[in-house]
Amino acid sequence: MGVSQIEATVGAHADALTRFANNAIHQNVAGRTSYLSVRAVLDGRTARATTNRLDEASVRSAVEQAVAITRAQAPDPGLLPLDAKRAVPEVDRYFDSTARAEPSDRARAVAEVIGGVEAGGFNSAGIFATNRSVVALLNTRGALAYHAETMAQFAITVMGEDSSGWAKASSCCLLDLDHRRLAARAAEKARASCRPRELPPGRYTVILEPAAVLDLVGQMFGDFSATALREGRSFLAGRIGKKIFGDNVTIYDDVFHPMQAGAPFDGEGVPRKRLTLVDKGYVREIPYCRQAAHEAGAEPTGHGFPLPNEIGEAPVNIVVAGGDTSLEQMIASTGRGILVTRLWYIREVDPYEKIMTGMTRDGTFLIEDGEVACGLRNFRFNQSLIEMLQNVELLSPAARTSGEEAMDMVVPAMKVRDFHFTEVTRF
Amino acid sequence: MRDLALNALEAAHRPGVSYADVRVVETRDRQVSTKNGKPGHLSASYSLGLGIRVLAQGCWGFAATDDLTAGGIGSAARLAVEIARSSAAAKKRDVVLAPEDAHTAEWTSPCRIDPFAVPVEENLAVLLAIDAELRHNPAITLAEASMHFERRRQVFASSAGSLIDQTRTTSGAGFSALCYRDGDIQRRSYPNSFGGQYQLKGYELVGELNLLANAPRVAEEAVALHSADQCPEGEFDLILDSSQLGLQIHESIGHPIELDRVLGSEANYAGMSFLTLDKLGVLRYGSGIVNVVCDARLEHGPGLGTFAFDDEGVPAQRTDIIREGRFTGYMTSRETAHAIGQRRSNGTMRADGWGRIPLIRMTNVSLLPGEQSLEEVFGGVDHAIYMETNRSWSIDDRRYHFQFGCEIGWEIRNGKKTRMLKNPSYSGISTEFWNACAAIAGPEEWTLWGTPNCGKGQPEQVIGTGHGASPARFHSVKVGSAYTG
Repeated sequence: MGVSQIEATVGAHADALTRFANNAIHQNVAGRTSYLSVRAVLDGRTARATTNRLDEASVRSAVEQAVAITRAQAPDPGLLPLDAKRAVPEVDRYFDSTARAEPSDRARAVAEVIGGVEAGGFNSAGIFATNRSVVALLNTRGALAYHAETMAQFAITVMGEDSSGWAKASSCCLLDLDHRRLAARAAEKARASCRPRELPPGRYTVILEPAAVLDLVGQMFGDFSATALREGRSFLAGRIGKKIFGDNVTIYDDVFHPMQAGAPFDGEGVPRKRLTLVDKGYVREIPYCRQAAHEAGAEPTGHGFPLPNEIGEAPVNIVVAGGDTSLEQMIASTGRGILVTRLWYIREVDPYEKIMTGMTRDGTFLIEDGEVACGLRNFRFNQSLIEMLQNVELLSPAARTSGEEAMDMVVPAMKVRDFHFTEVTRF
Repeated sequence: MRDLALNALEAAHRPGVSYADVRVVETRDRQVSTKNGKPGHLSASYSLGLGIRVLAQGCWGFAATDDLTAGGIGSAARLAVEIARSSAAAKKRDVVLAPEDAHTAEWTSPCRIDPFAVPVEENLAVLLAIDAELRHNPAITLAEASMHFERRRQVFASSAGSLIDQTRTTSGAGFSALCYRDGDIQRRSYPNSFGGQYQLKGYELVGELNLLANAPRVAEEAVALHSADQCPEGEFDLILDSSQLGLQIHESIGHPIELDRVLGSEANYAGMSFLTLDKLGVLRYGSGIVNVVCDARLEHGPGLGTFAFDDEGVPAQRTDIIREGRFTGYMTSRETAHAIGQRRSNGTMRADGWGRIPLIRMTNVSLLPGEQSLEEVFGGVDHAIYMETNRSWSIDDRRYHFQFGCEIGWEIRNGKKTRMLKNPSYSGISTEFWNACAAIAGPEEWTLWGTPNCGKGQPEQVIGTGHGASPARFHSVKVGSAYTG
């Protein structure tokens, strides 16, 4: 077909998820697929075709289609050819205990936690998922990268008459998940938040549990991108090298962290580097995909998305440095404040000041005189992330954390002053 | 594909299975985008696979595969049954389905110009012309334009005797202009944010949207927003354009009326609903001029929620959701309809592909047009704030309290646009907001918008929904609190 440069990504995954609600399994699914994604590069042009049919004719068709739509474009003299071969490190994230989990294993665990929840007079809903995947990327210039991974997740929401509590965890290794402990934690939150009081909106000292930190802070990492900066769509425009957060805020991107997950290479097969994104409040290193690095005279950092794309790159293995204050010590240090389990429906209000809105959910508590006093009705917040990360007073040790609105990360709990709640809802 | 479906159904015919259905789904997709004068995303994809859903021991089991050999299909069928049986470890009662006739049908959605017959070169030429027009304004730092086409054929076969072959073609197109200047980012999009307009149409949609002609205005507004006044804070009469109102319907009516959510199925993730069963037929959801339907029929329009049969083999229907302000109906499935004593599902179960189970999803949830002219909507009060094009959206997990931001606002005095306002936002409680609806423009202003990115379920499924609306005015709405303090 006259094309000398072809990149192929071949992968497969098998996912299973047991879902429960109203103290019963109500949805229970499994699926498997495999795929081939072909990218052609021809004289400053590139395009992609993907198929899940791996017979010879389908593979040939995918290649022909990729080449055809590549030819449909005008050449871009600045577009890079395919990457050459690089040494790609491996990380061991495939665990048989997760890969071999059976439907009956998941159902048994779910039945067990439901039994405990029901005994306490509560209702519950949640998931128990076990997944396995493999991906290989290779190209005609000799690049070759491979990664296999398993992932297990357990999440539970426990509900009372007028209250709820939530807990979630994920790990590559199923044996790391303690579904009983998670269920007990969610139930305790539901118990403690019954008969919630309503507090007026305003600025409060908050203690954000790790999942709340993850879902909120996780909204800003798409802006840590050389491409986004160049296009003026990042809140870091004009702020690189400046101190924009507090002294106690240090953030890395580190795919090799023992509590992290994911492949050690990016969408072009470039090995991921460990980056110090924020160092004691200063924005330091920014991820570069190959194209952005070439245009800036920098080295690619291994954070590019599969080409072609409009986004460029982003860090995806966030590690927020923790402190040495436990959650209990944070509560004990607080005269009056609000403890937040989880945030929900977080969206960007202002792209440059990075004002985010969203709701508290499933366990919001008033702290008085160093103790959890009672549950609270849920708040809406409108809070600048820049301001929030200037107002961090205490951090807990960081741990692998799973939320619902951002990718899993290694994050601490944070005690933050002057967090801005603007309205209150009805429950 | 029919043979695959029937073979899989046969494989699922195993001891203890009281019901089974199979969906074989073939999907073809093309995405083309440009960014600052260059191709952005350019890809094509193809997928073929099947999902087998069974009821055994009174529980659901589901397994999906793209191994379409006899062995692969047999394995998936065995797994589906094994999963269903395992579910019995935590069962409260047997699943019972509301009755549904067996249907045999073949249906293809209207598509005047096959988007896959249009050369990619032409797609790029259209997008690059828009891009050039946007960047003709030197203050624009990022111009983005895109098109997205999908054709999905699905064969549904059930042990009740249904065999339904449907093909739907959807198209989407739009663009945005971003201006970064002096520590402020402003964006304008056309005809809607987040990718533009999506409908159940072929390439003819691209021509209907009049994209190129609107590019200069959109670029100009993105730049002008930098010198516009900040939207004031307070209670104002609020006028929404039809695209923002479409998303308002989606979040504060569409999701709360999902009966699976009401009954607790989504409690761990998407949440529940304030529309508890005691409110059906009783709740004053909106003012007397508010009439909302859930309508999947082609007669309603070419929406992303338009089809002939849902993914349980139930024919497309129209259901009154709000009639003259009163809450009158949920979106149901065969299982949930039976659970609340209704005789039949109203046909809203959809999956986002062969690898997922169908869930209750919005079809086309639309606010019916009112009787006022656009001039009456704008001129009915001395002073109002008008907002266009969504920028942010958020609502609590029972769908009471919402906050929306829009790309641009205008102060309206005596029916006329006066000053431009940047960063407009408004918030409220769903039922209070709809009860404050004071004027709705007529059918000539009504647009059936497509929301291509509605997420629900675990594993999460992303699906397109339709929302028809005309511009409408709401009395005394809280405005501007997103930027308070």
